[in-house]
Amino acid sequence: MTLLQARDLRKRFGPVAALDDVSLSLRRREIVAIVGESGSGKSTLLNVLSGRIAPDSGTVLYDEGEGLSPIAGRGEARLRHLQRTRWGFVQQDPRQALRLSVTAGGNIGERLMVSGARHYGDIRATAARWLETVEIDPARLDDLPRTFSGGMLQRLQIAATLVTEPELVFMDEPTGGLDVSVQARILDLVRGLVRRLGLAVLLVTHDIGVARLLADRLVVMRHGRIVETGLTDQVLDDPHHEYTQLLVSSVLPA
Amino acid sequence: MQGYNFAYLDEHTKRMIRRAILKAVAIPGHQVPFASREMPLPYGWGTGGIQLTASLLGPDDVLKVIDQGADDTTNAVSIRRFFARTAGIRTTTRTAEATVIQTRHRIPETPLREGQIIVYQVPIPEPLYRLEPSRAAAAQMHALADYGAMHVRLYEEITRHGRVALSYDYPVMVNERYLMSPSPIPAFDNPKLHMNPAMQLFGAGREKRIYAVPPFTAVRSLDFEDHPFDPRRADAACALCGARETYLDEIVSDDRGGKMFVCSDTDCCESRRETAP
Amino acid sequence: MIVLDAAGLEKTFVLHLQNGTRLPVLRGAGLTLRAGRCVALTGPSGAGKSTLLRALYGNYRVSAGSIRVRHRGAMIDMADAPPERVIEIRRETLGYVSQFLRAMPRLAARDVVAAPLLDRGAAAEAAAARARAMLDRLGIPTPLHALPPVTFSGGEQQRVNLARAFACEWPILLLDEPTASLDAANRDIVIGLMREAKARGAALLGIFHDRHVRDAVADETLSLEPLKESA
Repeated sequence: MTLLQARDLRKRFGPVAALDDVSLSLRRREIVAIVGESGSGKSTLLNVLSGRIAPDSGTVLYDEGEGLSPIAGRGEARLRHLQRTRWGFVQQDPRQALRLSVTAGGNIGERLMVSGARHYGDIRATAARWLETVEIDPARLDDLPRTFSGGMLQRLQIAATLVTEPELVFMDEPTGGLDVSVQARILDLVRGLVRRLGLAVLLVTHDIGVARLLADRLVVMRHGRIVETGLTDQVLDDPHHEYTQLLVSSVLPA
Repeated sequence: MQGYNFAYLDEHTKRMIRRAILKAVAIPGHQVPFASREMPLPYGWGTGGIQLTASLLGPDDVLKVIDQGADDTTNAVSIRRFFARTAGIRTTTRTAEATVIQTRHRIPETPLREGQIIVYQVPIPEPLYRLEPSRAAAAQMHALADYGAMHVRLYEEITRHGRVALSYDYPVMVNERYLMSPSPIPAFDNPKLHMNPAMQLFGAGREKRIYAVPPFTAVRSLDFEDHPFDPRRADAACALCGARETYLDEIVSDDRGGKMFVCSDTDCCESRRETAP
Repeated sequence: MIVLDAAGLEKTFVLHLQNGTRLPVLRGAGLTLRAGRCVALTGPSGAGKSTLLRALYGNYRVSAGSIRVRHRGAMIDMADAPPERVIEIRRETLGYVSQFLRAMPRLAARDVVAAPLLDRGAAAEAAAARARAMLDRLGIPTPLHALPPVTFSGGEQQRVNLARAFACEWPILLLDEPTASLDAANRDIVIGLMREAKARGAALLGIFHDRHVRDAVADETLSLEPLKESA
């Protein structure tokens, strides 16, 4: 039941090997966290896996229901369609992902409309329900996001991304830059939604606490390579690799 | 007229433009770039339309030129005379008699026939212009049929105004594939684009784009199921011919607030008056 | 019936941050668990009791040996099972109760307890009812059911932890000092729960520092001795 698979990915940016022979798999309904420090290559990996940038070598394969096949071979149009319908991407900065001069309802409605929704009233009702789901007052449906706080913007982005219940969601530091209490709220939300909707999630974070809270499996990256992988509790409670031990021991106690 | 090739443009240019037209016809609604030439009038005055017309005219063609529906405005007259002098072809104000109709901002009320060509003057060919300032990004959106931004725009219109308040240049989907700007014709005229027996060509001289809607092509104005496309028309009859179904111009008749509504399509109005009992 | 059969387990911690110090904890360790019976792990501090428990749960990865678990009718070796299989075993067959509650920050106590039931596909209503019943049994007052346990006392948190463990029926349950922070009355309630589990056919493996608890539930004891540290 492998949904997404990467084989032998390599990517250089000038002299820097951002990805150095990286392989991994993601199954349906599985949450995998990729942890590492800045420069570890984790964001590059996410961008390659989601088709946003092409690797120098290696393949990314996806199973749409007929077995794994390379995403590169599908053509730009089909890949873009996949990204807008069956995949979702939650960015670290919601301001990059949302249309700030479009109402909250319009932002959530966009994916619905791209997927063929043509009934204004239904789109609006769905958007209002999703605002409630992400704990934003539905009365703000017609408000512009520029009036929202950072946490609200991120929750709006989550609603706007998950509204079409994509089977695979990529998340890049979904709680980065937010206050700790706000983070907790969003992580809770994400965990509940992911479980409820049965989504597969590939999540990049530098925060081990986030990984422990959300992920079934953990992949530890350093200098473009995967140094350790396993169940989340295995990697965090029984780290084998020197770098993983360093990462885990560096976490400040609550 | 001495010194000028038939219909002003040299044959190489006409060939280049006809190739662009062929490509445009092969991909309904898709904008084809072309090497727009210097014309004896500035950008913004219909150079795109004129280049298309010049490339299509043959000695047996009959040309009609209208501007906002009227044959007798300055620009329409100038362009018609330009072709009369450089091509020596017959011109007409009767829609039914024309083989080529060049128009700015209206579609004639008289239904077009198979075999007729209508050439639209287009200021801004890119329907995504206001939503996506980057031309390259807009080109990508068309290539990938990525039109989410336009749907969002219409959603926002309804949210803010209760209805889609676009009254002209209302965006359409051509052949269910390309988003197209029908040029600044009133929304009222949009239904005429759909399944029209005539060849519809669009030329933008300043922006250097040609696009086409071949005969009997599906053209759908974007709307929602519960907010269907509903173009407005002044609720009045033409003061001259009494028509209640044609698009009307509002004309201020005095300085005391007096106004009257008159058919925008002068040929149609005249014909109605001629055949009236 | 044997439900868990571990043999030849080896575990050595390599502390890279302390110059690669090696800490062998398990060598040749093994045990067998049978349905309806409870084994108590005994031995001095540092002997590896917790390590063994965590190794059996798959939390610590062993470098040698097998941990065969009866899952869906067949014996599966957790030590080399793929991650999704381990997750499945932990969801359906093998439960683990630690000394401390670890829960999602804002989850209400009743949702913490209901979570494993929901993971198994139980209906929300039924899971909620069972969670309430178990919290009541462990003496958590009703007004607290809707609150996140993070604000509770240590003892209350542990009781929520135990409610979560016993709300589900586990064929095998691993318990690490389950009653450490409880008073005598609550301790007895937990003894009752463990006995009921055994009566249902569950196999229990526990570390009980409290002799009274050990005597009340354990059918046999397994004693561990600390390994001599190798160079």
